[in-house]
Amino acid sequence: MSKAIYALYDDDEIMVEGAKSILSKNIRIKDVYSPFPIHGLENVLGIKWTRLAITAFLYGLTATTLALIGMYYFMIEDWPMNIGGKPSMNLYQNLPAFIPITFEFTVLCAAHGMAITYFVRNGLFPGMPARNPHPRTTDDHFAIEIMKDENGGVSDDEIRTILQDTNPVEIFEK
Amino acid sequence: MQKESAIREPLILGDKTYHQITEDVCAPVEGKANKYWYMVFGLSVVVALWGLGCITYTIGRGIGTWGLNTTVDWAWDITNFVWWVGIGHAGTLISAVLLLFRQKWRMAINRSAEAMTIFAVMMAALFPGIHMGRIWMAYWVFPLPNQFGSLWVNFNSPLLWDVFAISTYFSVSLVFWYIGLIPDFATIRDRAVKPVSKMAYSVLSFGWTGNAKAWIRFEEVSLVLAGLATPLVFSVHSIVSMDFATSVIPGWHTTIFPPYFVAGAIFSGFAMVQTLLLMVRKLLHLENYITVKHGEYMNIVIVITGSIVGVAYLSELFISWYSGVEYEGYAFRNRATGPYWWAYWSMMTCNVITPQLFWFKKIRTSLVASFILSIFVNIGMWFERFVIIVTSLHRDYIPSNWTMFHPTFVDIGIFIGTIGIFFTLFLLFSRFFPVLALNELKSILKSSGDNYKKKENHE
Repeated sequence: MSKAIYALYDDDEIMVEGAKSILSKNIRIKDVYSPFPIHGLENVLGIKWTRLAITAFLYGLTATTLALIGMYYFMIEDWPMNIGGKPSMNLYQNLPAFIPITFEFTVLCAAHGMAITYFVRNGLFPGMPARNPHPRTTDDHFAIEIMKDENGGVSDDEIRTILQDTNPVEIFEK
Repeated sequence: MQKESAIREPLILGDKTYHQITEDVCAPVEGKANKYWYMVFGLSVVVALWGLGCITYTIGRGIGTWGLNTTVDWAWDITNFVWWVGIGHAGTLISAVLLLFRQKWRMAINRSAEAMTIFAVMMAALFPGIHMGRIWMAYWVFPLPNQFGSLWVNFNSPLLWDVFAISTYFSVSLVFWYIGLIPDFATIRDRAVKPVSKMAYSVLSFGWTGNAKAWIRFEEVSLVLAGLATPLVFSVHSIVSMDFATSVIPGWHTTIFPPYFVAGAIFSGFAMVQTLLLMVRKLLHLENYITVKHGEYMNIVIVITGSIVGVAYLSELFISWYSGVEYEGYAFRNRATGPYWWAYWSMMTCNVITPQLFWFKKIRTSLVASFILSIFVNIGMWFERFVIIVTSLHRDYIPSNWTMFHPTFVDIGIFIGTIGIFFTLFLLFSRFFPVLALNELKSILKSSGDNYKKKENHE
């Protein structure tokens, strides 16, 4: 027994119009699969915008703090050196020389932290199985996914009829 | 849907559909390589092997195999290092800065430009590594606890800043590149018929599905990484310039260095992108995606940054006189008229004079002229670094120390060898990776595709 019904489209605009008309008939759309990002789709489907940028900021903030504490410890606390007549005596006077590494370390951690979060949240790891419903959704087709158990009150045939009205190239179950 | 002005030239030529874009970009990956590819690849591998041999010889025998002496203790190695890092700058600039400015033409060239960045930075990092002499101690540049020695690394030194800058730049560029590649690997995965390639691309594509939320995250990650990578590009070459500018060598000790180096890096990077892409479009039949307009845009960047570099050369020259510092004045007189005059004038010709030809629309839109001039820039920018490094060092404060630098076969071998390694990696990339961001390209087809624009204008 299949769990989901899919409608496959060959054009992004037809698919977005289709999604609007499906939603207007109180059918819940689980997800949409597309070969490229479609702008404005998140408003149609009511998907919240991602908070990844906030995580990047937090990783960056952590890195800035760590870099400054680290350099303070290495250069001033643990082993102060007098290099070229410029002794390392306090953070305030040495700060300009610490800025480049603080900046680089901030970028390093913000970028990698965000990238790792992105992989984890999307479930992207080497060897993960591909879960897109149709191989052509990474080429030139667009699929709308409707879960049967999310639309308990509506029969499969009714869903199919509604989908048929949106001009898909194919309707299939999986 | 986004609309674009009718007078803007299309970025995708021909009667393309989403599927046709997939077909065109996947063709080199799925098909067999032609004989030209094998010829160039064979040559690159031979050159790369020669280079690896010279590197092994250096590591085995020591830095004495190079032409360095006590006066000129930095020469080809650091010249090559700065040259390769500079080349590496265009990739991130194209993908990050042009993304922030929403320049759609970047989509046809960003993938291969980023690949070029990664390979170029690898070549760059090789030089300080082998210049250390004992490369197996290279991890000492990282701040490791004290059992590795009695001291921490010196955080006040630009050379250490460089370690952080280059490693951050390399790894962030790599991640940026790979995140963009994942959806395209998924496309190849879903088309693959042979089990081996199906499995390989399944692993490479990390199980990408392309659902709505994943694309939202993809766009956000791309945007924020671009925002982070943009200041990174500027910081990396500024720091490279500080390796020189914070010293007290006449010819190096100038405050103009950071902006001047950054402009030079973008200049040389775009020239290398131009060189590579003009070959790629021909060899892989991507004329409809990497169009004459793309070449023209890159030439415009080259002429602007080339002019900035030219202004920097002239200001350096003026300040060396105006400052009244006689050492500084001599360093510049010596560059232009001393024993290395030929290097200085090669640099001036290739970097300042020939790129000015791009002001002519005929030359800027001619692919042959672009190719030739881009090679001139590559040569000129190598000479720039050679001039800065060797002519400043070879006549220092004590005239009894004055000497010349003569490269040995090992110096030459390693430099030519890195070009071989670079091309080997780039050619492998062009066979096994999608050379264009094919899925991103689809998102601009309806606004910038030739056929859609014509339909829009009722032609």
